[in-house]
Amino acid sequence: MSAAPDPATADPAAADPATAAGALALGDDALVLSHRLAEWTGHAPVLEEEVALANIALDLLGQARTLLSLVGDEDELAFLREERAFRNVQLVEQPNGDFAQTIARQLYFSVYQELLYGQLAAGGEAAPLAPLAAKAVKEVAYHRDHAEQWTLRLGDGTETSHARMRAGLDALWRYTGELFRPVEGLAVDWAGLEAAWLETVGGVLERATLTLPEGPRATGWSAGGGREGVHTEPFGRMLAEMQHLHRSHPGASW
Amino acid sequence: MSAEAEDAGRRTTAGSGGTEPSADAGAGAGAAAGDWPLWEVFVRSRRGLSHVHAGSLHAPDAAMALRNARDLYTRRQEGVSVWVVPSTAVTASSPDEKDPFFAPAADKPYRHPTFYELPEGVRNL
Repeated sequence: MSAAPDPATADPAAADPATAAGALALGDDALVLSHRLAEWTGHAPVLEEEVALANIALDLLGQARTLLSLVGDEDELAFLREERAFRNVQLVEQPNGDFAQTIARQLYFSVYQELLYGQLAAGGEAAPLAPLAAKAVKEVAYHRDHAEQWTLRLGDGTETSHARMRAGLDALWRYTGELFRPVEGLAVDWAGLEAAWLETVGGVLERATLTLPEGPRATGWSAGGGREGVHTEPFGRMLAEMQHLHRSHPGASW
Repeated sequence: MSAEAEDAGRRTTAGSGGTEPSADAGAGAGAAAGDWPLWEVFVRSRRGLSHVHAGSLHAPDAAMALRNARDLYTRRQEGVSVWVVPSTAVTASSPDEKDPFFAPAADKPYRHPTFYELPEGVRNL
């Protein structure tokens, strides 16, 4: 991440504090999910799928770079912050699990991201993140399609694939409530976003012979969510892996 | 074209699900990537040109083959259109028949349009 950022977004002073807070939340979502997806590299079930997941990861990394450079130095933000300073939702930091669980996470998150970026893009000139959102929404539409296609095939596939998809959806359901908590600096109709999300995800699951999971959509014990810097246990290990090289060899390059 | 590919994809998907045995799709619920059928990918780089064979890939069905093709062969804006065709649908000429198929053309210069002058500025003729 040491190459020069896109000239259009190179001016960090352009972001006011509220916009920076919004950009940090969205940027951390993209960065953390990008890293999780990149963990599949070398481990994906087939070569073609490995390339697809890596492509999605790279799209998200590009979004993260643009968003974080609105907040400050992207490398410092990615590699030198402590866990509590990250503002991503807990959903994106959840471990990959099996392929079905990764697809469940992709479905939940990419539908959310597509709707969210869609609203931001519609904000017009006044919304500082609108140009970025307008570009990213096309990428995210493909991510959503990828997750949707796999959800249909796993859900409506064999008994095993159906059971695994079911388990993945259920395991991550509790992290989906947090997606719709308002974020400072983002002019979004959160209630409308949630309604549209439930309708879209529910529609995909129905076609995949699955149903929306039941049960609470936020962890009962949680003192707060990822947006307040409260993260789940696996996130610390993920960050250690993501940051150790930069921290061990500051300023290193190749 | 795409309708045919789509249809073939459905057949092979059914095969990999174990409901109907198929030569190249394997059988049984545990069908892994190695059992996915092979697809040939054709990419049209821009309007006005024809689709050109780009390579091949594995995918469980036609719709996924299209998406994999997009990821593998059009990442650097190589294309405006992609076709995928089940490899089993391709009938190829045999290397053994190379001579009868291709050799006789070499000594027939009148088959080559070399007696015309190319208008200036024409690139794709």
